[in-house]
Amino acid sequence: MSNLLEIAGLNKRFGGLQAVDRCELSVREGSITGLIGPNGAGKTTLFSIISGFTKPDSGQIRFGGRRIEGRGAYEVARRGLRRTFQIPRELKEMSVLENLMLVPEGQFGDRLLSVLLPGARVRQEEQVNEAAAREVLETVGLAEKADIAAARLSGGQKKLLELARCLMSRPRLMLLDEPTAGVNPTLIRHLMKVMQKVHASGITLLIIEHNMNVIMELCERVVVLDRGHVIAAGTPAEIQQNKQVLDAYLGGVDA
Amino acid sequence: MTAYLVAILIFAVIYGFVALGLNIQWGLTGLINLGQVAFFAVGAYCAALTTQAGLPLLPALVLAALVSGSLGGAVALFTPRLREDYLAIVTLGFSEFVRLIFLNEKWLAGGPDGIAGIPRPVTIPGLDSETSFLVIAAVLLAVAFWFSQRLAHFPIGRTLRAIREDETVVASIGKPTLTYKTLAFVLGAALAGIGGALFASYLTYISPDMFGPNVSIYVLAAVLLGRQGSTLGTLAGTAVVAVLLEGTRLLKDYITVVDGVQLAALRLMALGLALMIIVAVRYGPGRRA
Repeated sequence: MSNLLEIAGLNKRFGGLQAVDRCELSVREGSITGLIGPNGAGKTTLFSIISGFTKPDSGQIRFGGRRIEGRGAYEVARRGLRRTFQIPRELKEMSVLENLMLVPEGQFGDRLLSVLLPGARVRQEEQVNEAAAREVLETVGLAEKADIAAARLSGGQKKLLELARCLMSRPRLMLLDEPTAGVNPTLIRHLMKVMQKVHASGITLLIIEHNMNVIMELCERVVVLDRGHVIAAGTPAEIQQNKQVLDAYLGGVDA
Repeated sequence: MTAYLVAILIFAVIYGFVALGLNIQWGLTGLINLGQVAFFAVGAYCAALTTQAGLPLLPALVLAALVSGSLGGAVALFTPRLREDYLAIVTLGFSEFVRLIFLNEKWLAGGPDGIAGIPRPVTIPGLDSETSFLVIAAVLLAVAFWFSQRLAHFPIGRTLRAIREDETVVASIGKPTLTYKTLAFVLGAALAGIGGALFASYLTYISPDMFGPNVSIYVLAAVLLGRQGSTLGTLAGTAVVAVLLEGTRLLKDYITVVDGVQLAALRLMALGLALMIIVAVRYGPGRRA
């Protein structure tokens, strides 16, 4: 199968720090690809650039064959490339359900005109969106929390909500930024099942992850980033044997 | 006495428009606007000049809304990404800029003398001029209230609230946040413009000194009192501010310890105190930020 995401010669400098350095990376359509690397390797910066929140200094990003670098975040999202945030950014004052009902694109009720016209069309649309939102909550296992304020979710449940919000739009590619960080082992198992379900439904995943068990179990391919540069890519088993990767993680100690 | 009550009510209704506008911008969408008086002033001058030229009141109101709204759109587009820190400074500066233009450009709107003899062209048969004006303004405010209420409770209002909470999230789900913020700003400015038009028509005289920054602060207080984001609360807040500002004038007949000038200062202090208490109770230690 072809590559859904292709990054070539990507650079981003913050002052004296070369956060992303001649980065080359590709994600095969239909895969689960892991992105690993030591702290400060530029993984989150890379996500931020891919999703349009940060402008790169140079380089190309192709998504589904079309250039997306330098496009605004909302335009990138509309093309079917969605991200989650490492620290969950739930909309606290809204209910869990509302957090998801916000997502569907092209809502008629999202236009000013709808406010001036009879409400029937909006009500109907809202019913459809609510049903879709409840289904997504069912998928991730948050159905019982639908009507409580998002602020009252636990840390792990907020991670699930991040995933649910991403899933709600049925994107082509999801960038998941440390989906299991700070989550208890039971919930990690649950999150992994959800990710597998999402993948099975036809969505390509690119996952930043520190937990090697998660990487080993989920990913068919792993890309290793160090100081903004891709130093290795391969199957999880290959990566575990890679001396350069060990050096990067352990700070150049002789293995 | 009744005439005085009618006058207070008319002021409350007029400020109601301005506050509803600010509630869409700040309450709902989180856009800090410290210069709402600019759009109020432009609406007032717009209605003053056009009704003097013979335009009936209703078209003049529509025109005021359009002109103020467009001006709001221009401010929005010239403010980088409508970020709140810039916006507070830009709007405050802009409102003074507008006032100074009206003050100094005599050819445009009479300069410091203002515009006198603005027609108040509406009367309902059987009612005096003041009461008919109140009825008409109140009906229009009810329409503005209905619009605001629907806006807040429709999906578009959910999107605006989401922008207030976390703009990054809204961009990440594929919504053009700048468009929504500009829209909210334009709507708020247009409502302030309608308020200004009614203000000019009611007073039949306007001058630049009526459009100082204190007007922006009064409506800010009204929105804050009414719990940011609530449409009904905004109107209640406006009523409280109107009573504190105008209603306390009545007190001068009963309080003899202080003279009129001192009482005027006390009225402002009362408003300031009310604001401080509200903020302390609602946002103080132990409450949500």
